[in-house]
Amino acid sequence: MSATIPAGTKWWSGGKSPFNVSYGKVMMWYFLMSDAFTFGAFLISYGTIRFSVNHWADPNHVFNSFPFAGHANLPLAFVSLMTFILIFSSVTMVLAVHEGHHMNRKGVEKYMILTIIGGLGFLSCQAWEWTHLLTGEHVAMLNDGTLSVLPTTVKMNPWGEALSSSEIMTALQKTSHEQLVAIANTLHHGAEGAHHAVETLTNQELINQIASNTEFHATHTGPIAFGGYFFGITGFHGFHVFSGVIINIVMYIKTKLGHFDQRGHYEMIEKAGLYWHFVDLVWVFVFLCFYLV
Amino acid sequence: MSAQHFENPEITFQPDHSGGTGKIWKIFWVLSVLTIIELALGYFLYAKHGELSYATVLSTKCVIGILTIAKAYYIVSVFMHLGDEVRNFIMTIVVPLILFVWFIIAFLSDGTSWKNLRNTRGGSRPAETEQVEKAAAEHSAH
Repeated sequence: MSATIPAGTKWWSGGKSPFNVSYGKVMMWYFLMSDAFTFGAFLISYGTIRFSVNHWADPNHVFNSFPFAGHANLPLAFVSLMTFILIFSSVTMVLAVHEGHHMNRKGVEKYMILTIIGGLGFLSCQAWEWTHLLTGEHVAMLNDGTLSVLPTTVKMNPWGEALSSSEIMTALQKTSHEQLVAIANTLHHGAEGAHHAVETLTNQELINQIASNTEFHATHTGPIAFGGYFFGITGFHGFHVFSGVIINIVMYIKTKLGHFDQRGHYEMIEKAGLYWHFVDLVWVFVFLCFYLV
Repeated sequence: MSAQHFENPEITFQPDHSGGTGKIWKIFWVLSVLTIIELALGYFLYAKHGELSYATVLSTKCVIGILTIAKAYYIVSVFMHLGDEVRNFIMTIVVPLILFVWFIIAFLSDGTSWKNLRNTRGGSRPAETEQVEKAAAEHSAH
């Protein structure tokens, strides 16, 4: 699709743009380059902190669930879905740009709608994943040596190293009745009748019940920076996806109203496309740094 | 379906848009296959967790990193059409990004250094009272 440019063209001799690109597109590229440095700085800062501690949260343990799959252990599954949604919406976006080159308004409309749906699908996945982490229930040992049921937030997370069974027994002895009930309840996975049954048990009965459960495992609390980096970076990326969806909706409406036909070209679709592909590009690296390695 | 025509003084040579969508779909498959290979390697690391040597884990992670850079190349070059722009323009985008090479090496080795200092208590001075006690002990030994 590149232009046929005569060999030996003197770009810098004056009278023409040495870049052969419109001002708007040049500036979109430079904005995206600066944004790449912002994301790069975030990810490298994350990497630095991750390299500076002896133990980091294992992504295969943190991200191992899938909507409606209950407690099944499915590492990498949900994030693959998110990745393919974003790749596919990138393809529909580039198809929209392609239709724009041929001044085909109906084609642009169709592919913009598909791109918007892909973006919303990705955001929904991210909303589910955040909710799952923020309301998650995992047992971890606090600094005071007691066990507690923790979610993953920017202040705390349960993704430290596993405790040995003797460490668990010592910690259980120190743990309050309230927390023992909460821990026992995580083992019943919220069965309604069981909830009331455990509250009436004594501490020792609760400890026996918890310790005899083969599914029970507990960890140290995880590296505190994990939550901040995860929610910060995926949140910043998610905000880019969100603004990308808004831009795409505006572009869809403008296409529908025939603004680009009047203008004689669909360059705005190309610029929105550049932004959208950039969002996909950043995800490729977020996917690498948080989920794969 | 008339080809677009814009009267833009910044564009000396009009790009040729007569190509079909074949290349787009080809790149879609390339990206999908690269992603599937990445996931397979990621799953390999998970399934063999604790059994692999440090060198194997590190080199698998490096391969995943290289595949990621390949994906980034295809997205930028084909989907964002940067490969179709003139060389002058490509260079103004790509050359500044070379800073990342230094950026990554410098910061990740700094992180490793922090870890080593923390584990060996290297680089930390003894507290002032300890220094005084040590000096006093040395003095009395004489």
